[in-house]
Amino acid sequence: MTRLTRAPAATVVLALLALPALLPIAATVLAWSSPETGIWAHQLEYVLPRVALNTLLLVFWVGLGSLLLGAGLGWLVAFHDFPGRGLFSWALLLPLAVPGYVLAVVAAGTLDYAGPVQSWLRAVGDLDLQRLQVRSLGGAALVLILTLYPYVYLLARVAFEGASRTMLEVAMTLGEDRRGHFRRVVLPMARPALAAGVALVCMETVADFGVVAAFNVDTLTTAIYRTWYGLFSLQAALQLAGLLVVVVMATAWLERRSRGREAYAATRPERERLPRRRLRGARAWAAMLAALMVLGLAFLLPVLQLSAWAWQHAADLDARYLDFALRSLGVAGSGALLVVAAALLHGYALARAGHAVARGLGRLATLGYALPGAVLAVGVFAPLNALGGLLQGTLVIMFIAYLARFLAVAAGPVEGGLARIHGGLDEAAATLGSSGPARLRRVHLPLLKGSLLVAAILVFVDLMKELPITLMTRPFGFETLSVRIFEMAAEGEWTRAALPAVMIVLVGLLPVYLLSRRMDHVA
Amino acid sequence: MWLEVAGATRHFDGRAALDGLDFGLAEGEIGCLLGPSGCGKTTTLRCIAGLETLDQGRILCRDELLSGPGMHRPAHRRGIGLVFQDHALFPHLSALGNVEFGLSQLPPAERRRRASELLERVGLADRLDAFPGQLSGGQQQRVALARALAPSPSLLLMDEPFANLDVALRERLVGELGALLRRTGTTALVVTHEQQDAFTLADRIGLMREGRLEQWATPYDLYHRPASRFAAEFIGRASFIPACCNGSGELQSELGPLREDSHATHCSGPVDVLLRPDDVVHDDDSPLKARIVERSFRGADFLYTLELSSGRRVLSIVPSHHDHRVGEAIGIRLDTDHVITFPAAG
Repeated sequence: MTRLTRAPAATVVLALLALPALLPIAATVLAWSSPETGIWAHQLEYVLPRVALNTLLLVFWVGLGSLLLGAGLGWLVAFHDFPGRGLFSWALLLPLAVPGYVLAVVAAGTLDYAGPVQSWLRAVGDLDLQRLQVRSLGGAALVLILTLYPYVYLLARVAFEGASRTMLEVAMTLGEDRRGHFRRVVLPMARPALAAGVALVCMETVADFGVVAAFNVDTLTTAIYRTWYGLFSLQAALQLAGLLVVVVMATAWLERRSRGREAYAATRPERERLPRRRLRGARAWAAMLAALMVLGLAFLLPVLQLSAWAWQHAADLDARYLDFALRSLGVAGSGALLVVAAALLHGYALARAGHAVARGLGRLATLGYALPGAVLAVGVFAPLNALGGLLQGTLVIMFIAYLARFLAVAAGPVEGGLARIHGGLDEAAATLGSSGPARLRRVHLPLLKGSLLVAAILVFVDLMKELPITLMTRPFGFETLSVRIFEMAAEGEWTRAALPAVMIVLVGLLPVYLLSRRMDHVA
Repeated sequence: MWLEVAGATRHFDGRAALDGLDFGLAEGEIGCLLGPSGCGKTTTLRCIAGLETLDQGRILCRDELLSGPGMHRPAHRRGIGLVFQDHALFPHLSALGNVEFGLSQLPPAERRRRASELLERVGLADRLDAFPGQLSGGQQQRVALARALAPSPSLLLMDEPFANLDVALRERLVGELGALLRRTGTTALVVTHEQQDAFTLADRIGLMREGRLEQWATPYDLYHRPASRFAAEFIGRASFIPACCNGSGELQSELGPLREDSHATHCSGPVDVLLRPDDVVHDDDSPLKARIVERSFRGADFLYTLELSSGRRVLSIVPSHHDHRVGEAIGIRLDTDHVITFPAAG
């Protein structure tokens, strides 16, 4: 306990920051300890088996699909040279700007039975594809693969680009050809990166609410929503959330285990890179087409379609719409400020109290990033609501849940920035007579400006796109762009969802731009 | 010949990295390639391993053509082992996994047995499961050696295997390597820039310069019968004094008369005579005196730099009990059993 007393204030700050993430976990555990038997029996019999199976199937297909697509594209771009390679190298990240539920809206609007594609096929080719259901588990999986593959692609590409020429030559002198080298050296060395990418995709899939809600696929997240808002049973919703927490933890554990002790350092940078293989003729065309097809399906065509629909419904853009937009900007902006401020506190407190307890609390505080929005929504709402409706009609619950989910997003860049300010600088500032708040303003803030800006942008964009927390914890009648899209989708008014969707995609391009710039610095 | 390189030529960007290389190794022989950096040593190894193609010439191993006009057998079908300069172990595999890598055609049990046997032989029996990051530089080097030896290559190539290791460790490893190669009867070609390593290891040393083989000879001959002034200066310490030949094997120099080898073709006119430090002997009774201008104490002996009356300098190795000060004049005489001469420099 003596170590704990070293920086008591910092430890308390860390404990407070960990609360938003711990609250929902504690709530779900408590809910399990006193099950509400009536509704739970109904859930257990009619809802849970289907919902759990759907969730697992979805995770399986999306994980597999994004592994194949992401690793395949990473392989193509890292090891081959073809026309447009440099462009595709970063353009293949663009789908990150399109939230899943936006792509779902586009897919449903164009490919549904009544949509333009199937109507045209029926009219021209007399082709009736009634059995081809976009709004299905398969459709949801495809949409999620197309929006989430960039995580795997990015990590795979970076890992593949670390492959050195020397390793190929070693493998060759030991009797392996290029193919054997790829199978026995490149792939195993990239495995931790691939596993991390797939794990990230699986977590996002488990957490997804927008896509499955738009496609009427019942998963654990939509079940939480329906149980809460349909059956009005907070207790049963919490219990479902508890299951979701278990699934998330299992995914994280599997990833850690698969990495095992092979968390080896990347290849030494001084080694000569494996030369890219120049593709010619039909192969070059095939490579280009493959990359273009993915980019087209995941980004170009959806954005074009959205723009066309937004144009059609330009009349919707009235004062009410501006209100949604301003509200979204306001929520995302103030939320980003709050989260970045918390991340700054978090970083300073961690640096001040370096003991193991503080580090543990610090980890707990960022753990909320792994929790699905639906879990955070119900998990934060339930205990705070028990206070007696004091917070009803305010945004407090929503912001606490935001804090839990997005603290980790801001903590990354902020910690990176703080790491650059080392102790000597503080001492130098002190000898120059600058202390306390003045030092913070004159020495730290200028140095941290870049990191804080990056953190704020990342959180801002995440909050603009955020759906489940906002939807479930907002005050009555409080509509943002993402909530608007959800409502239009729920009514099947796909084309009308385009206007808010375009705005969200435009904002979403920002972090992709930041990411591609950072990659250029690395390369 | 077990390994035969004939007329090997290789250009990079119009510059000849290899320029008509000829040499051969008999079965079980260890060859070393020595030379200043950029002379083509590593390119030679890479061409033999099949990692580079030849522009001209041929490479044969066990009378099989590996590289030749219009043909190139790819590296993975040559059965030639290569130990890379920085060891280049696979970071995702344990020591055992690295050594097993080239044994994939064997059944798993057999593979494991052979790999652990090799690791045992290089003294790493207790580090089988260690990953490269957990091994010291010397241990990594041994794993790399075991890995290259595992598939029983017909030829083992090593590129600066002892670079980046400290001196004491290097000396020990060179000795161990020599013993291991001879015990296993492995034919090997080692690239190094340390002549001491080459002298310890090699049956034959090739001295390279600008893509050409300056001399291919036993260590003894390379030292005592250098084929060129470059070889004489690159290997060991050398000083030259001018001399005049009379055409009948008799030479006149400022250190007295010298006799050429009887079997050598006699020179004529002005020449430079190569003197190794051990050719110049300290002798108090000698009428020939030279002044010490530099001395370096090396434990068992002194290396004196001596200035002759002409102002020319020669080197002399003197047993360490002859402790003279700089500036002192000491008596010397020549003790050469053969005389190497080169046409007088400008």
